[in-house]
Amino acid sequence: MRAKRQRRLIIVVGLVALVAIAVGLTLYALRANINLFFTPSQIAAGEAPRGRTMRLGGVVEKDSVERESDSLEVTFRVTDFAEDVEVRYDDILPDLFREGQGVVVIGQLDDAGEFIAQQVLAKHDETYMPPEVAEALKATGNLPDGSVPSS
Amino acid sequence: MLIRTLPELGHFALILALAMAVLQAIVPLWGAATRRPLWMAFAQPMAWGQFLFLVFAYLSLTASFALDDFSVAYVANNSNSLLPWYYKLSAVWGSHEGSVLLWVLILSGWSFAVSLFSQRLPRDMLARVLGVMGWISSGFLLFILLTSNPFERLLPDVPTDGADLNPLLQDFGLIVHPPMLYMGYVGFSVVFAFAMAALLGGRLDAAWTRWARPWTNVAWAFLTMGIALGSWWAYYELGWGGWWFWDPVENASLLPWLAGTALIHSLAVTEKRGTFKNWTVLLAIFTFSLSLLGTFLVRSGVLSSVHAFANDPSRGTFILALLGVTVGLSLAIFALRAPRVQSLAGFGWLSRDSLLLINNIVLVVMTVTVLLGTIYPLLLDALGLGKISVGPPYFNALFVPLTALLCLFMGLGPLARWKRMPGRELARRLGGAAIVAMVVAAVLPLLYGGSFSLGVTLGLLLALWLALSLARDIVDKTRRGRLGGLKKLTLAYWGMVLGHLGLAVTIVGVAMVSHYNIERNVRLAPGQHVEVGGYQFAMTDFRERSGPNYTADTATIEVTRPGRASFTMQPEKRFYVASGMPMTDVALRPGLFSDLYVALGEKLDNGDWSLRIQLKPFVRWLWLGALMMAAGGILAVIDRRYRRVPRRSAAVRTHESIPPGAGARGDIS
Repeated sequence: MRAKRQRRLIIVVGLVALVAIAVGLTLYALRANINLFFTPSQIAAGEAPRGRTMRLGGVVEKDSVERESDSLEVTFRVTDFAEDVEVRYDDILPDLFREGQGVVVIGQLDDAGEFIAQQVLAKHDETYMPPEVAEALKATGNLPDGSVPSS
Repeated sequence: MLIRTLPELGHFALILALAMAVLQAIVPLWGAATRRPLWMAFAQPMAWGQFLFLVFAYLSLTASFALDDFSVAYVANNSNSLLPWYYKLSAVWGSHEGSVLLWVLILSGWSFAVSLFSQRLPRDMLARVLGVMGWISSGFLLFILLTSNPFERLLPDVPTDGADLNPLLQDFGLIVHPPMLYMGYVGFSVVFAFAMAALLGGRLDAAWTRWARPWTNVAWAFLTMGIALGSWWAYYELGWGGWWFWDPVENASLLPWLAGTALIHSLAVTEKRGTFKNWTVLLAIFTFSLSLLGTFLVRSGVLSSVHAFANDPSRGTFILALLGVTVGLSLAIFALRAPRVQSLAGFGWLSRDSLLLINNIVLVVMTVTVLLGTIYPLLLDALGLGKISVGPPYFNALFVPLTALLCLFMGLGPLARWKRMPGRELARRLGGAAIVAMVVAAVLPLLYGGSFSLGVTLGLLLALWLALSLARDIVDKTRRGRLGGLKKLTLAYWGMVLGHLGLAVTIVGVAMVSHYNIERNVRLAPGQHVEVGGYQFAMTDFRERSGPNYTADTATIEVTRPGRASFTMQPEKRFYVASGMPMTDVALRPGLFSDLYVALGEKLDNGDWSLRIQLKPFVRWLWLGALMMAAGGILAVIDRRYRRVPRRSAAVRTHESIPPGAGARGDIS
């Protein structure tokens, strides 16, 4: 009976150790891959780290989209109507990307303070405003009329 | 005149269905507890009536769509008189209210099927199963009637035309993906109901698993198909050629799939060996809870994605409450009724039992890691600790090694015997397969891609290991029985083989397309051409055309390759008139070994267009593999032994009043 109990104890201890390792690794992987969300004001205030993937949200400033004439490279400014950030993107913009509309950009800040985008998200609906963006704009009192947070 | 009141009739039908669901939830369970046959017999007619009324409600909503009745708010928001008829019919589940109605309709369909095909079940068992399903149905019908009534009218200001269905949804994918997915999600309610019924009846022997297995397999097969269709749809519809984004909504469907995969294996152990009983019940509870969690994530509006329609907070709260009650109640019943006496049928460290245990542990760990990555950002947000998102690298970093581990043991499982398997024999039978898999996996990438690639080698190694070990098993089995050997293998066995091979095929697809994908974004004007991956793409023509409810810019791209016949591809940029939304319509040239993928980007300042050109090797294998897995699940169900029940269940029927726990040791198979 004792041997059996001992074996069971070993199994239980082993399982607990395994679970602990698994949870530890998972949390580590999670920590390394979390993308924080920043607004242009936060970036202007220097709160965002350089060289780390993050998400930037705001509205595409009117008349700020400029394209290179011989490549697909495009630059535009994302604003929260208090501060703005220059974004550079070398890919095809999504269908619903438009000036004056909400957008979430995933990418990194380079040393010059320019945001190098890896992905630009403009969601599926005209009146759509990404919820983070809507909230951030509300905080600065700049939420444009008629835009619905989420959809 | 009658036709104008259809929405109201549909609404009444929903209310009647709710009344029946409540009766179905209470009377049969009470009858089973007090042993009154008449009360128990109440379950079936209620399930039938509920199904009938829900079909009616569903058809009246469909009719409102077909007749362009824009006085119904849901129709006005999701349809348009110009919408082609097949999209009008599938727009019924194109948004929140209708899709919940489809959910409940499918649930009642499953209840109906259970009451039809389980007539041989002991009376009290059937009454309990249907009673539990009645509870689920009541919850969701209440949800519809209180928070998301699809029959709401817009009176007296009836819009002259509808706002149109979201252009992303105007696609064949909408017609097939949601019903399949829901069949899977909701189908897990059956095994959940069986588990609860077994707990409530205190008859946690292996018998319930035998009845529940076919239902679980079918639900799992539907879910597999639903996920694969969703991935295929996203691939060609969203316009940038990805097939899995680790989007929370995708994860919501993957979670019950992972748990369900563990469940179908653990059900097998419980049925064959009478072990893992409590574990199987827990898995059944978790699988269905994850289905509900998926419904909550998608329907509550906490996520922003193509799938999230609802932004009414009361809906999210309601589903969350429903989820909480289901999980809480079922776990409470489990804690109270689970047999204390463990069945002590032991097994060795190396045996089919232990390998399946490892399978279950790995699958559950996978489920937990995906769950964590999915709800961690939501939890932080809900607690006001900031807005974050968890990127694909997290999921890939954990999912790939776990899949590798899973496959390693998956190759051993089918060859191992129950109870005990000498390691030496296993090594002798599989040594060859392992060596061949390693050599081929190391060499193939060199031949195909010209250089060594660790990812591809790993993928091929796993796939070959799975396939070769199965082949070895088939050879061994048929050799022993001489020529008649093949015939002796059961359909259930072939189902397993097909399902496992399906995973191997999917893994090949994932490994190849992830590493050999070629993507180029170019600018192109009519008359210009560009070279990508050995193909020459020339834009020969550019014109506008108009579809039924959109206008489109269409490019004609001529694709040539030295020594092959040329062909044309026509990517489009559509503009939907009613909603004012632009949409990319991808041009695809599918092939078993490679897809050509051309998407029109945007019009640039000087009249050039941006184009995204992709070569996607082996991408079809992803979905082909899923199709094989689903087919395997179905194949196992049509095995003869599930239809050979009468004699056995008659024997079981005589044990109708075994006290809790007493039947815990029966090894039925």
